[in-house]
Amino acid sequence: MHLDDPAFWRAGAISTVAVMSVALIMLTVNSLAAIRPGGSHVPHYTVINEHIDYKFDADRGEDVPVIGGSEPLFGKTVDAAQAKALIGKGKMVIQSRACIDCHTFFGNGAYYAPDLTKAWLDPGWKTWEAITGAKTKEEAMVRFLMFPEKYRISERRMPNLGLTRQEAEATVAYLKWMSAVDTNGFPPNFGHMQAKR
Amino acid sequence: MYRSQQLALKYLTAAIALFGIMTIAGLMSAYYYINPNFLFGILNFNIAKILHIDTMIIWLLMGFMGAIYWFLPEEFGRDLVGIKLAEILFYVFCAAVAVVAVVFIVVQHGGSNEMALWFINQGRKYVEAPRWAAVGVVVVMAVFAYNVLGTAYATRKISGITAVLMIDLVPLLVLYLDAFPALSNMSADLFWWWWLVHLWVEATWEVLIGCIMAWTLMQLLGTSRRIVELWLYIEVALVLGTGILGLGHHYFWIGTPGYWLTIGGLFSALEPLPLLGMVIHAIYDAGTHHMKTTNRPAFYWMLAEAFGNFLGGGVWGFMFTLPQVNLYAHGTQWTVSHGHFAFWGAYACAVLSVMYLVIQKLRGLAQVDGRLWKWSFAALNIGVLGMVGALLVAGFAQAFVERAIGGSTHEAYLMGQANPWFVESMITRFIFGIMFAAGYVALVWDFLTIGKRRLVLAAAEAAE
Repeated sequence: MHLDDPAFWRAGAISTVAVMSVALIMLTVNSLAAIRPGGSHVPHYTVINEHIDYKFDADRGEDVPVIGGSEPLFGKTVDAAQAKALIGKGKMVIQSRACIDCHTFFGNGAYYAPDLTKAWLDPGWKTWEAITGAKTKEEAMVRFLMFPEKYRISERRMPNLGLTRQEAEATVAYLKWMSAVDTNGFPPNFGHMQAKR
Repeated sequence: MYRSQQLALKYLTAAIALFGIMTIAGLMSAYYYINPNFLFGILNFNIAKILHIDTMIIWLLMGFMGAIYWFLPEEFGRDLVGIKLAEILFYVFCAAVAVVAVVFIVVQHGGSNEMALWFINQGRKYVEAPRWAAVGVVVVMAVFAYNVLGTAYATRKISGITAVLMIDLVPLLVLYLDAFPALSNMSADLFWWWWLVHLWVEATWEVLIGCIMAWTLMQLLGTSRRIVELWLYIEVALVLGTGILGLGHHYFWIGTPGYWLTIGGLFSALEPLPLLGMVIHAIYDAGTHHMKTTNRPAFYWMLAEAFGNFLGGGVWGFMFTLPQVNLYAHGTQWTVSHGHFAFWGAYACAVLSVMYLVIQKLRGLAQVDGRLWKWSFAALNIGVLGMVGALLVAGFAQAFVERAIGGSTHEAYLMGQANPWFVESMITRFIFGIMFAAGYVALVWDFLTIGKRRLVLAAAEAAE
């Protein structure tokens, strides 16, 4: 072994890259199974028919989504195909309006507007029902998404991105589904302060 | 001069122009934080942000391509195969960038359909360019790969550096294909998106810049090929050895299994190692040459690259990729601080170093020095350090107020954004951004004039 011989390090580079690449591929196969809808970490799209909560799990030592009880979105239970179409539409809204270039999703994005990982579960929507004159949380969200510029909550406002009613509903469905993804406890302490108050 | 080197000059010129647009869009993005009513409803934050980050990717990519088109014919001893095609594609590339920028500014977004993704905006961070333009990038990269591989095949002259470059071009091209899908499942979408973003930026780009810096070292300091190739292999082993699974630090919170916390945390902690090696080597090089060189700006920008890469990529990255810290720091301005420092240190400084080297050859200067480059060097680097410091303080405030105390809700977010530490940091960041912009102006002026005045004087003296 000659440490000053480039051939030694060339062999080292090739073998290191090969080993790491194989490890990454194996982990990827495993992870893709966990993150498919219905996998161990990502719920089926039909989770939008259910009640979703986010609570501290003492065994895991972190907040985890708790799913259970019927709570259809907009009062309408959807089947698997309808749920898939709705979520697909919601994602298209999110991409076409470049939401991620202001907001963050699972903490990834642009930081100029709030993180949307658990937006569906935000305790603030109760107040928004009163502000928008809506009877339900999802209706308040739709009204806000369609005409955000009307509701000034801080100096920073959300612009009107021309969402149709159908697009706004799909976006709300998307946010509800996303809130049920097991994110290993991110964001931490979510809503606990408001709950204490 | 080889035709390939003439093409390199075009790429480097386009790169420096896009660097300017990136700076303007960056200043705008910073200003929205201070005055949220700025261009509200006309050109919203997200569009300025897209212009800022996308021009950053494109100017660096063009800088890399320019550097490689410059060095390769000297490496192979001949012009590159398929250079005519590459020349045509340069203009196509520039036109495509201009069209995309105009569409972003004027049209901004479409409806929730495939057409919008094909022709207006894909809405995925860093790869917002519509699909038609992404296809264009693939074609440009494919021709670039053909230039390199075709010439290597024609000459049968493959050095260690060109071998590493050729192998690196394969994942560079293949990973970019990830710029197209629109998966409904956000977890899967981000999973693959990080293959593109992380494995480009923290793996294939690092190797690419390693090759470019190897040639730069040989030309700038006369370092032997054996030594630069030895270090290039070490760098590849360490960068990819830690960086491939370092991808795991992006998989903490996107819905992926918990084992990524351990894997990502461990390998991310090791990621600074190769960058530390580069710093040690840079100090060694500087010492053995007693800081003497025929091209001081190129040499100083190279040193800035070594330090910037280590501090911005390595130390700043290490600081918050430990899962325990990242849980609170993730998705805050802390990330922005790291991003600015790392991109600047790892890539921008290296491209600027190459640019000074190219100018020296182009103008036939025995010595490159002067006063202006020092002003631009100082303003740009102090500008970056000021922005990075301010963003870090803002990130601390967010992690503390919004995440740890507030509980990450919408109300907590607003509390964090209104916190005096955050507000003042955003103003500070903007001020240092202006300093950075001034440094850019000085840099361009220096590029245009450095050496020329001396050449004019020499010509006048000769005439007398």
